[in-house]
Amino acid sequence: MAAAKSKRQHRSPYSPALGLRLLLLAGLSILIQYIDHRDNHLDTVRKAIGATVYPLRVLVDAPVSAWRWIGESTASRNQLQLENSRLNVERLLTQARLQRYSALEAENARLREMLEARARVREQVRVAEILSVSANPFRHVLVIDKGTSDGVYDGQAIVDANGVVGQIIEAGVASSQCLLISDPGHDLPVEVNRNGLRTIARGTGDFNRLDLPFLPNNSDIEPGDLLVTSGLGGAFPAGYPVAVVDSITRVPQEPFAAVTATPSAALNQVREIMLIWSEVEESEVDSEEAETPATEDPAIESDGASDGDNTDSEGDADE
Amino acid sequence: MSDARAGRHLPIIISLIIALTLAIAPLPLWAEPFRPDWVILTLIYWSMTFPGNYSVGVAWIVGLIVDVAQGTLLGQHALAFTIVIYVTVKFHLQLRQFPMLQLTATVFAVLGLYQFVLFWINGVAGVNAPMVTYWGPVLSGTAIWPLVTIVLVGVRQRARR
Repeated sequence: MAAAKSKRQHRSPYSPALGLRLLLLAGLSILIQYIDHRDNHLDTVRKAIGATVYPLRVLVDAPVSAWRWIGESTASRNQLQLENSRLNVERLLTQARLQRYSALEAENARLREMLEARARVREQVRVAEILSVSANPFRHVLVIDKGTSDGVYDGQAIVDANGVVGQIIEAGVASSQCLLISDPGHDLPVEVNRNGLRTIARGTGDFNRLDLPFLPNNSDIEPGDLLVTSGLGGAFPAGYPVAVVDSITRVPQEPFAAVTATPSAALNQVREIMLIWSEVEESEVDSEEAETPATEDPAIESDGASDGDNTDSEGDADE
Repeated sequence: MSDARAGRHLPIIISLIIALTLAIAPLPLWAEPFRPDWVILTLIYWSMTFPGNYSVGVAWIVGLIVDVAQGTLLGQHALAFTIVIYVTVKFHLQLRQFPMLQLTATVFAVLGLYQFVLFWINGVAGVNAPMVTYWGPVLSGTAIWPLVTIVLVGVRQRARR
């Protein structure tokens, strides 16, 4: 430091006390990172800077939107008619399915009432568009065009037409960042749809693969099993499809089997996604836990060890 | 050179905004790890040319904006930018004398330092990313550096007129 100061006049006449400024700014950056990593006290700062970046995001998205708009407005009448009839058929099918679903929902509510269980969570859904994929070079993040002004909040669940996509990690004013389930730092509480076996699905950094690292060798799981969100952990509502198991490797001397699954949602080619608002009652989580019988496998014990994003309230499910 | 007239800064600010736009523009998935770090390349050039006006302070503020735009830890890019621009300003007289090939080699080393700082902070914060996300920008940034200088020299000469 002292040596640098004495040589200053010779080296760079334009920069008084350059080393001092470096130390000051480096110290400040480290302090900010420390605060940012520990808590969310810097949210207002982020939002303020984020508002200045938003016009750039819109600008970046403009060519893509323009291209789509041109594509839509120059489609021929014939094409439109074809698409229209296809959509009509699809709508009819969906409606038919929905009718059955509403009957099932009513039945479910009745049965739950008989069991004196609480009503399931009701969900509201809203469509959002993706502004950019993977802005962050180190994580699987996408930016959507809805923010706190639309009611988006941190930790909100995001799905597409086929399954769970991720959750909001940073809700800005007019755009938000969403962490995908394929990010290596993302853990998602899931259950096997076939038998209710609960475990954790962890991202791998590969868009087409999730790991299930905490399943014992003797657990009842097969290739082709559908994994759905278990609703434990609180971030994701229960019952949304997450992934399909594709391979199970059981190594006898290892405590856990190596199970991989393919996400149901097309994580690297989504264009529109849906935000879910779940109207959770205060005591909902408690009653959910009371309902679930504690006869699951010992794999649940290891949930406490996994320091994921949303496994906080997981560890109490085992007996 | 150190006289700061308003209007002289405008082309530099615009070039930084363009760099930031390129940094968040969508790329095909395979190209994503090889996205050059446009903002740091632009900053290196301007701090080498006008070290009096564009030094560690500007680098720090731009770094914060990049942190928000890319959603990284607040202060991560700010720290890396500050260190890199410190080195650039410290040796700007030497760097200006270098022929293009040698300058490009130096930029390679500086980008390596930059990615190392990011890698180091990621390690402390517990973010693990594949190694290609660190090496990709170094290689593509070095490859694109001559083009960046040519464009920015053009910008500078036009601004001077």
